[in-house]
Amino acid sequence: MSSVAVIDYGMGNLHSIAKALQHASPEVDVRVVSDKQSILAADRVVFPGVGAIRDCMHALQTAELVEVIAQVADSKPLLGVCLGMQALLSSSEENGGTDCLNLIPGKVIHFEKDLQDEQGQRLKIPHMGWNKVQQHAHPLWQDIAQDSRFYFVHSYYALPDESDAIAATTEYPEAFACALAKDNVFAVQFHPEKSQAVGLQLLKNFLHWDGQS
Amino acid sequence: MSLAKRIIPCLDVDNGRVVKGVKFVDIRDAGDPVEVARRYDREGADEITFLDITATHDNRDTIVHVVEQVASEVFIPLTVGGGIRKLEDIRCMLNAGADKVGINSAAVFNPEFVKQAAEKFGSQCIVVAIDAKKVSLVGEPDRWEIFTHGGRKETGIDAIEWAIKMVDYGAGEILLTSMDRDGTKIGFDLELTRAVSEAVAVPIIASGGVGNLEHLADGVIKGKADAVLAASIFHFAEYSVEEAKQHMRDKGIEVRL
Repeated sequence: MSSVAVIDYGMGNLHSIAKALQHASPEVDVRVVSDKQSILAADRVVFPGVGAIRDCMHALQTAELVEVIAQVADSKPLLGVCLGMQALLSSSEENGGTDCLNLIPGKVIHFEKDLQDEQGQRLKIPHMGWNKVQQHAHPLWQDIAQDSRFYFVHSYYALPDESDAIAATTEYPEAFACALAKDNVFAVQFHPEKSQAVGLQLLKNFLHWDGQS
Repeated sequence: MSLAKRIIPCLDVDNGRVVKGVKFVDIRDAGDPVEVARRYDREGADEITFLDITATHDNRDTIVHVVEQVASEVFIPLTVGGGIRKLEDIRCMLNAGADKVGINSAAVFNPEFVKQAAEKFGSQCIVVAIDAKKVSLVGEPDRWEIFTHGGRKETGIDAIEWAIKMVDYGAGEILLTSMDRDGTKIGFDLELTRAVSEAVAVPIIASGGVGNLEHLADGVIKGKADAVLAASIFHFAEYSVEEAKQHMRDKGIEVRL
């Protein structure tokens, strides 16, 4: 039986993602874990997170998980979700500037204030709700229709240095990278665990992914 | 631009059952909350909100159990409101599988609670619920004040100023209910909705007064709401969520179908 570790480092609600993973693939052994050994022992790893980036980085350092996540990123399929995606980049401008894990070169920036749509209506921040995702070719999009809607809630977004790392974009109102891929690492800004059928399909794809693109 | 406007069915839960008070009539039973939530999920609801209307300490376990059951099979955002007064209440709901909590009276009695909650759990899960009533007289400029205790207790606080303050304190979203319209089925208070939506940067959920599908479209187009919440029109199967979305799309509103 293959196993997936959901990293518990005290940031946010892990129950949703653990339940969704289990629902997506009942045959997989889903474990919510916080220690190095359990994380490294799993076949795949999910790195979730909500809240603020400084607290996230601080929690990772306190739990001595910075090096562990780097090891996972070097060796097995890793899925970053929401703040867990943002933390993979080099730095974030949140909290007055925060150094991140630097596993995908790039930065995390805030949506511009006073954004408007084409009708001149103000766009709210956080970007919250169901938005369309324009996929770039990658095995994790298997059986998910182009332009499917996923559930987002965030005020910051990733700006990777290399456009090759972009696995999908979403418009708000300009296109931004809502999914990143680099070797065996895949990361999404939206919440697959809250995106109904398409979200469950993405999780299922991850649980069967061999880490090759 | 492709962010969809959201339709959020609301389940008023009392002692483990979905209920809805219809004006001047006894509270009507609308079924088992888990069953009802499943149906809304199938019909394409964008989120589901549970309002624990008993919200006494004894009944807390009931709503926790409902959320746990729904969260293990319905994979869309879930919000729980009613009786959220302490950080421990929020933790309890998030652990049960809720994604957001609605804070109402506790925010009025202790605004710092919203700040603490947003710092601890993140603004993304803090919805401040505002119950507002029009207090201006005919001929005066529109003015609304917030009320607590299901609209019975006035506070003297201006609704728009309050919304701005709550966002400043960390609210990630505002659930705005017109107490004048709640239960009336004559439509949202569109002036109130628009005034609050234009005053703050976070999304606004319009609530109170939906009687037909046109009201939902009006909430978005005229009220500038980011999401619309309704209870009874969906509970008693007058309309399905899917029909509501189709109607909104026909009106040119971006929806998830």
